[in-house]
Amino acid sequence: MISHGAEGARVVLCRDCLVESPGGDSSRCALCGSPRLVAYPHGNALTIAHIDCDAFYASIEKRDNPTLWDRPLIVGGGRRGVVSTCCYVARTFGVRSAMPMFQALKLCPEAVVIGPDMAKYVRVGRQIRSLMQDLTPLVEPISIDEAFLDLTGCEGVHGAGAPLTLARLARKIESEIGLTVSIGLSDCKFLAKLASDLDKPRGYTIVERVQAMALLAPMPVSRIWGVGKVAQTRLNNAGLRLIGDIQALDETTMFARHGAEGGRLWRLARGIDKRRVTPERETKSISSETTFDVDTADKEHLTRTLLVMCERVAARLKKQQLACKSVTLKLRTADFKLRTRARSGFEPTQLATRLFLVARSLLEKELDGARFRLLGVSTADFAAAEGADQGDLVDKDIGRERAREDAIDSLREKFGASAVVRGLAFKATTPKRP
Amino acid sequence: MKVTLERTALLKALGHVHRIVERRNTIPILSNVLIEARERQLTLKATDLDLEATESAPADVAQEGSTTVPAHVLYEIVRKLPEGAQVSLEMSGEVGQLLLRSGRARFHLQCLPASDFPDLTTGDLSHRFALSSGDLRKLIDNTQFAISTEETRYYLNGIFLHVTEVDGAAMLRAVATDGHRLARVELPAPQGAAGMPGVIVPRKAVNEIQKLIEDLAQEIVIELSTAKARFRFGDVVLTTKLIDGTFPDYGRVIPANNDKRLVVDKEPFAKAVDRVSTISSERGRAIKLSIGDGKMVLSVNNPDSGSASEEIEVDYDSAPIEIGFNARYLLDIAGQLSSDTALLKLSDPGSPTIIQDRDGAAALFVLMPLRV
Repeated sequence: MISHGAEGARVVLCRDCLVESPGGDSSRCALCGSPRLVAYPHGNALTIAHIDCDAFYASIEKRDNPTLWDRPLIVGGGRRGVVSTCCYVARTFGVRSAMPMFQALKLCPEAVVIGPDMAKYVRVGRQIRSLMQDLTPLVEPISIDEAFLDLTGCEGVHGAGAPLTLARLARKIESEIGLTVSIGLSDCKFLAKLASDLDKPRGYTIVERVQAMALLAPMPVSRIWGVGKVAQTRLNNAGLRLIGDIQALDETTMFARHGAEGGRLWRLARGIDKRRVTPERETKSISSETTFDVDTADKEHLTRTLLVMCERVAARLKKQQLACKSVTLKLRTADFKLRTRARSGFEPTQLATRLFLVARSLLEKELDGARFRLLGVSTADFAAAEGADQGDLVDKDIGRERAREDAIDSLREKFGASAVVRGLAFKATTPKRP
Repeated sequence: MKVTLERTALLKALGHVHRIVERRNTIPILSNVLIEARERQLTLKATDLDLEATESAPADVAQEGSTTVPAHVLYEIVRKLPEGAQVSLEMSGEVGQLLLRSGRARFHLQCLPASDFPDLTTGDLSHRFALSSGDLRKLIDNTQFAISTEETRYYLNGIFLHVTEVDGAAMLRAVATDGHRLARVELPAPQGAAGMPGVIVPRKAVNEIQKLIEDLAQEIVIELSTAKARFRFGDVVLTTKLIDGTFPDYGRVIPANNDKRLVVDKEPFAKAVDRVSTISSERGRAIKLSIGDGKMVLSVNNPDSGSASEEIEVDYDSAPIEIGFNARYLLDIAGQLSSDTALLKLSDPGSPTIIQDRDGAAALFVLMPLRV
């Protein structure tokens, strides 16, 4: 709890019995004795929340298989794999997400490793999102398991202020879906996101405006949104190690030394963030990529993978009713050099075969014997699906191609993604000889 | 090498040749022009590895030899020299520089060895025929606008030139399409063209040929085989690689059963299209033609900027039809018709339309409709 020292009448909310009462000094709820209290000023004005699921993938797996409950669990996969999520038990061993699997297993040899079941996680993520959307239309998903909510003006509808509404939501997610979330509540996105991270798991942190400066000051600059490794090094070299160091400068100096980005950092360092919670972002690109288990220079293997990815991208284009006018091929060589090759200027399309034709012609020029560890295809420059793939004077077969793809799509819808495999993408397993 | 020649002669030759040279090159020597002094002539040659141009100019050769210098720099220097000046070119000893002198101006240009200059002109070309510049210009002008720029369908990035039999007579045909429109023009096959392979002449070569025809009105000798073609305009020789691909069977694209015939005066029609399309946004530029008994209403409705319509008289007596086209494409085609009266053969709002001169001239255009 960080909400001490603010003047004025305060309210204490018990997250277990969901009752708000006038603030006392007690560290436990007067009704149920629970220590899970949050306090905020009477007439709370904070309405921007960030909700983040705790160890999302791992928690889902534990929920579905209770025998794993008290064991360290890592979700991630493949020989080249990294840890996508690890449970809090595994974290006590020092395992972190994005850590290479071999390193994670060295730290925690007894960990259970489960390959990710993305379809399931997406399904659960949607359930949680729809619970959020019941509260406010202003839900901005950041990823599958976290989102911003703007609860401004929703008090009347819920008969409660934002703090209680969010506590109810957390309870509902626990009881209906069986997962825990951490909540951050403040008056802007940056502080809300920061807050949700302060008290994980199953946390609830409210950051009031008056606390913002003091709270941020001792944190490293890397906690600021958008400051990654490179920016951190740059700031550190400029003598800015803590957010407080930035606070100590004036805006003009930051601007003069670090440009427009400096101005942004200066504002964020003071917890000033004017970005709105916007429910829908315009899709700018749709892509698919994969890292191979073993680096490969094999044309057939690369081509086959490319086709599968083009089909995946095409399926998403169709789902979002978009047609693309540019395709980018992405390759990472064994020595981590990135090659991207793009082509645009063709008629808008959402057909896998069209994407594949373009992507393959780009790929073929890159097959110079180099071994690749990653292959990806990305589409952009979108147009409405209506009017796409109508064919023209030269292209008379597109109608049939379209019908064929529609048929494949509906079969896959009904019988699963592997129901139909294109010949080129099909890898026959050698029949065993008697 | 030591040679002297008139600035005018050098400028003319360089002017034709230097255009081939790309502004940006990863291979340094491709930025250069090859100059070769031999037997009272200075020969210039430039290439981008797909296209090569050579031209000779009369010169006073004191010492034979050859070298290469940056093409655009040389061209700019010669262009800026005063009219009527004499230019002398001389290799200046060991340092590998060309000394250019004219009047009291002196330039030292960095050279690359002539032996490194790539050569396209190899092998014999199987077919050879001649065309008047007027005929070649017609073949190109009528089709060039329809060439596609889409890289994916690289085989559409040029003009398809081939010989085919029409009503018992051999015709030389040029065809180009970008999928939205198709242009076809034909003329009686000249002597020597019979049996030639169908070839796709790339866009860049087409553009150069077009510029050279502007400059030099004379008979053009064309030699070609499956992989390369050479166009001789007197002193200027253009050699190009051909696009290695199969041009689509355009015959099945040209509708045979369009029975709605519309005859319209070309000039008023084109003017009306141009006027009405002013209101349409830059992208799309769809114009709607509502064609009924004896009249056509051209209209554009642009939600952003307003609407426009204009009525013109036409000769039409089939069932009324409403059809949309890209205004730009209609104007392109109207600009290529040679007579004053256009004939449109329509089928339905979703099918291609044929546009040609009413009196059945050599050129025929097919245009895909737009949905409006």
